[in-house]
Amino acid sequence: MAILSKEEAKQILDKVIGFSKADGIEASLGGSDSGNIRYARNSVSTSGEDSNISLSVSTYFGKKSGAASINEFDDASLEKVVRRAEELANLAPENPEFMEPLGPQTYGPDSKTYIEATAKITPEYRAQAAANSIEPATKKNITAAGYLQDNSGFSALANSKGLFAYNQSTSVNFTVTMRTNDGTGSGWTLRNFNDVGKLNTAEASKIAIDKALQSRNAKAIEPGKYTVILEPAAASDLIGLMFGGLNARQADEGRSFMSKKGGGTKLGEQLVDERVNIYTDPWNEELPASVWANGGLARKKMDIIKNGAVQNLIYDRYWASQKGVEPVPFFGNRIMQGGNASLEDMIKDTKKGVLVTRFWYIRAVDPQTLLYTGLTRDGTFYIENGKIKHPIKNFRFNESPIIMLNNLETLGRQQRVGGGFGGASLIPAMKVRDFTFSSLSDAV
Amino acid sequence: MKRRDFVQLTGLSIGGLMLPFGVSGNPVSIERLLETPLLASQKKQLADVALNTAKSMGATYADVRIGRYLNQSVSTRERRVQGIQSSESFGVGIRVIANGTWGFAATNNVTADAIKKATEQAVAIAKANSKFQKEPVKLAPEKGHGEVTWNTPIQKNAFEIPVAEKVDLLLSANAAALSNGASFVNSNLFQINEQKYFASTDGSYIDQDIHRIWPNFSVSVTDRAAGIFKSRDAMSAPMGMGYEYLIPKNEDKLQGPGGMILYKNSYDIVEDAAIAAKQAKEMIKAKSIEPGKYDLVLEPNHLGLTIHESIGHATELDRILGYEANYAGTSFATLDKLNKFQYGSKIVNVFADKTQPNSLGAVGYDDEGVKCKRWDLIKDGVLVNVQAIRDQVGILGQSESHGCCYAQNWSDVQFQRMPNVSLEPGKEPYTSEQMIKDVEKGIYIAGRGSYSIDQQRYNFQFGGTVFYEIKNGEITGVVNDVAYQSNTQEFWNSCVKICDERDYRMFGSFFDGKGQPSQVSAVSHGSSTTRFNGVNVINTARTI
Repeated sequence: MAILSKEEAKQILDKVIGFSKADGIEASLGGSDSGNIRYARNSVSTSGEDSNISLSVSTYFGKKSGAASINEFDDASLEKVVRRAEELANLAPENPEFMEPLGPQTYGPDSKTYIEATAKITPEYRAQAAANSIEPATKKNITAAGYLQDNSGFSALANSKGLFAYNQSTSVNFTVTMRTNDGTGSGWTLRNFNDVGKLNTAEASKIAIDKALQSRNAKAIEPGKYTVILEPAAASDLIGLMFGGLNARQADEGRSFMSKKGGGTKLGEQLVDERVNIYTDPWNEELPASVWANGGLARKKMDIIKNGAVQNLIYDRYWASQKGVEPVPFFGNRIMQGGNASLEDMIKDTKKGVLVTRFWYIRAVDPQTLLYTGLTRDGTFYIENGKIKHPIKNFRFNESPIIMLNNLETLGRQQRVGGGFGGASLIPAMKVRDFTFSSLSDAV
Repeated sequence: MKRRDFVQLTGLSIGGLMLPFGVSGNPVSIERLLETPLLASQKKQLADVALNTAKSMGATYADVRIGRYLNQSVSTRERRVQGIQSSESFGVGIRVIANGTWGFAATNNVTADAIKKATEQAVAIAKANSKFQKEPVKLAPEKGHGEVTWNTPIQKNAFEIPVAEKVDLLLSANAAALSNGASFVNSNLFQINEQKYFASTDGSYIDQDIHRIWPNFSVSVTDRAAGIFKSRDAMSAPMGMGYEYLIPKNEDKLQGPGGMILYKNSYDIVEDAAIAAKQAKEMIKAKSIEPGKYDLVLEPNHLGLTIHESIGHATELDRILGYEANYAGTSFATLDKLNKFQYGSKIVNVFADKTQPNSLGAVGYDDEGVKCKRWDLIKDGVLVNVQAIRDQVGILGQSESHGCCYAQNWSDVQFQRMPNVSLEPGKEPYTSEQMIKDVEKGIYIAGRGSYSIDQQRYNFQFGGTVFYEIKNGEITGVVNDVAYQSNTQEFWNSCVKICDERDYRMFGSFFDGKGQPSQVSAVSHGSSTTRFNGVNVINTARTI
């Protein structure tokens, strides 16, 4: 077991700080118990468990800092790691951007990031979860390939200025690709929860199986600009990439899509459709996040995009000090407000369009415009007069999430998606006009 | 660093910031990197504990890897050092076959007792998993090699070079970029040393010392008034070399268009940084490409990634069989196409090689004790073989593993990984200058850029680091917003000319990702500058 309680963690960290002879010290302790099972060709291929706990220590003399880590916790080892970090700090060049650790912080109430049932997943549970996915596939001449990974972990942080923070969390991520045995159809589903009680691999697998069967013998249609209905996993991958660009320093330096012609940034300006509202909230029931970030900065509920305008950029503590603003830590989660429309409703309202299950191999093309390329995969369908008409061959797209969110037509219901770009998010399905598909792919 | 993480971090690269290096293992002192914790004779004793335990518990095969993985990275930005990290990861991984099924366990406690326990765990896992096994594992035979050693033939161990010297070199490169007009510059130096001891019940005791190095930078120029920024990354390649890669030699320099210098087995980072700043400034004012069909002249540090994605991954047997279906995907290059499929034009000869000097994939023996070799994948344009390891090569009707099994760490289980996959140079004397002269309407592309390919490796889109337009045999200047789209078979069949071996050099990647949980591996791809006719080029400029 690599999970320490708040008290156990504090006791070790206090001891570590007591050993310090430097100007100051910060120590973090983290541990996780994780397990996984992988299957392909309707058979389990690998499974394993991994338990890890590690202590990292960072000490400083003036603006010179050094770090060391260790995974033994007797007093001699704890003192050794502190001395090692001090030796490294003495040898290090001065870092003009070094920031001393924060003093004690006030955090909001704990969020429900830890669910005991997830922490108690057993190898038998994983084997059964895989069996529940493989069995229905076999019955329908389908080949299943899937991966389930669960994690239970804790992190704790303390420093010589009196700060102490602790959090425990769990997560489980399941993906499955179902391919028809003749290789002409493929479907996929993703499930991400912090409570394993919500995971049903049979239910998720059924959706992927249905998509595989429905996507057989896809027809080619001409590439071009189409109205698309993006399922949450597809929307999330593109929107998630946008968050990586919300960095204040890059925007201020003139090398970000958030930089403004003539100087300054686009902070506060309307960039996308006014119905786009994205925020972060550590206390969200569906997607709880730690109430503190690296270095111990407090996280709070905060608008990222409100009524289509970017409200907050990430400021590290150094850049915030240069600009005279409050630091903004990396967002612990990302929640985009959805609407009431179901996927069926959106399809019904579409005269001509494309339903996209997911995207694949997304890569940046132009950081100036946040243009990305990638492909559709595992279930792409043509919609005509409010109905799914037939499966279509996969497309390559070239599109920017900024352009996409400007072309918003309808917002659907939210789903928790994870393991993709930008981390776990609550993202709605959405209908978008003029989405740019630039070529066809023969891949199934 | 897993490729997925690497990909996520590309968000940070907006505006040309360099990617942080995923240093795994525990941070250690610089001196620690030069220590030798265990002698080969001690490793043999420990390995025998695992092999004997496995056999006594009924395993029919066992291998043990005692691994010490050292990393060091130095990162700078403009005129200051951002970070110096050194790390070490040391432990043992034991893999067994019991009841015809694989089992694996690992421990960071490199003692006889802990190794015995881990071996028992690996056998227990194998026996438990054998209940789900449909067909017993069959290994292609491999004779024991006895006690042997292999070392990357480095001239200067990068870990012995004082950090101050490395910092000075990177800061000199930054200064060269800034004095030539760069607004920002980040530079990094990554060094890796894998000390791997392998032993198996076949009678092999293999001690290997493997070195890799990767200097790189990204230079950015901003035009605040116009609201434009452009970046130009280094023309270096990660290499299976020591610090000698950073000592420039004239015989390794090739003249490229527009004053560019291209590098073979040594690299001049200061010279390249100065050129990069000038090129980034040119890009700020350069015209946007007119979309359409162009003849492409692709230099090796660009073409390597195209080879990697469209040939390297497509010819991995485990992908072809469906083992990667839920992650990286499958492949169009199915086994029924062997010896029939016209992958490329007749001049296209592609080979896999784990022995290429200075390459990232070069080792004496792979991670299951198979002696490394070279073999053909595409001969005269036809697909003739794929990549396979001991437990799958029999499916091809072949009796000998290709020797391309690898694990990223002692704690990860080894599996089939891409060897160096390279395009043979042209046989007739032909230089890149002549190639450019022969093109009427074309684009010369250097360096890696955006890359994306579908899950069966048909449709791809590639960008590059810098693009030059060619009109009537002349370079007219830098152009912007270029990406080319094609289909693997169509593209390789449009290959009409390959420069000779004087132009041959390697592209490389430290971060080829595969598997769940994902593992990375380092791989090189050699080629000479190559021409492809009539490729579809799109314009990627948009307005937001």
